[in-house]
Amino acid sequence: MSELGKYAPLTYFQLMEVSLRELLVEKGVVSDAEVDAVATDMKTRGPERGAKVVARAWTDPAYKQRLLADGTAACEELGLDVPALRLVVVENTPEVHNVIVCTLCSCYPRMLLGLPPDWYKSREYRSRVVREPRAVLAEFGTAIPDEVAIRVHDSTADMRYLVLPLRPADTEDWSEQRLAGIVTRDSMIGVAPAKAA
Amino acid sequence: MTVETRFRPGERVRVMQAYPLGHVRTPYYIRGASGVIERVCGAFPNPEELAQMRSGLPKQPLYRVRFAQAEVWPDYRGGRADTIEVEIFQHWLDRAEVGE
Amino acid sequence: MIERSHHDMGGLPAGKVERSEHDYAQWERRVDALMVLLSGIKGPKKLLTVDELRKNIEALGPEAYDKMSYYERWVTSITQSMIQRGVISTEELARKMVEVERRDG
Repeated sequence: MSELGKYAPLTYFQLMEVSLRELLVEKGVVSDAEVDAVATDMKTRGPERGAKVVARAWTDPAYKQRLLADGTAACEELGLDVPALRLVVVENTPEVHNVIVCTLCSCYPRMLLGLPPDWYKSREYRSRVVREPRAVLAEFGTAIPDEVAIRVHDSTADMRYLVLPLRPADTEDWSEQRLAGIVTRDSMIGVAPAKAA
Repeated sequence: MTVETRFRPGERVRVMQAYPLGHVRTPYYIRGASGVIERVCGAFPNPEELAQMRSGLPKQPLYRVRFAQAEVWPDYRGGRADTIEVEIFQHWLDRAEVGE
Repeated sequence: MIERSHHDMGGLPAGKVERSEHDYAQWERRVDALMVLLSGIKGPKKLLTVDELRKNIEALGPEAYDKMSYYERWVTSITQSMIQRGVISTEELARKMVEVERRDG
């Protein structure tokens, strides 16, 4: 609560964070250095990790097969550690479009995409995308033709999901690195396509 | 310590229609629905037990189950081929009768 | 209603998805890091399972669940779990929160 003369007071929950952390440090459960190291490590994890996987799968059919068979092993093959993550990669095809959600909490392939955007954790997305996926995708500007089936993946337990988007047309002569540059976070959640633009 | 795997990919199963207390990872909307085993994900400690600070052992087989959206939502407005896949632990699944 | 818990929202009516996002604040990142460390996702410690985290988030009342931000829910739940596990006591937490508020608040 704000008192006179106090600058940017801690919220109740920030106060709880500081207090919890200091108690855990005093008890030798964690150290400040460990906490900072993990927080910093997470900051460096962003969607470019997932994009690297997708671009490899687009350019190397054998890798794609391994990725679809065992997502975790295929990530480790590229030197990407995915701790505590059993990754299932689901492939978009001309017939099927995949989209990911966690209706019960906010499970997300964070080791490949970083921390999730707020909308992914919102009541609106979690409630609606399982029941009216086409309407929700339309709100992202993504129109899925009627003849394409939509497959929703609810991450309810120990698996995490990553969408392998369709490779855009007219990118046949692109390098793997250039391809990785067009693989967006949203395309790997399944709410948008990857675009060559 | 792992419970024996009862179902194989392609088998038709029905999700138990139950509403217990506790920490449950079977979403409300899918209880009572029938679908097809898409894959066996492996076996994992039971989250209902883990949540209560117990071991969760023996491990329970976990499945991806694929459901037809038109069967899950009576008012579903999308293609007949639209599906939803949910991870469901074995103890929430029963074999569905033939023809279901 | 007990039959359907508040967090179990798949299929319920809700408004348009607002495509919101924000850069996480450092305190939010530290809460995340505490979870990673205490649950043993990184490192050897197993003082907390993801399902305990979820259980204590689900135990928040519907109003609090909707009003609190994601990491506000997390820090509350982790703290609750540490009390339940006996890693910290309620009294220690109380005294520490008073101390920190006097010092940094």
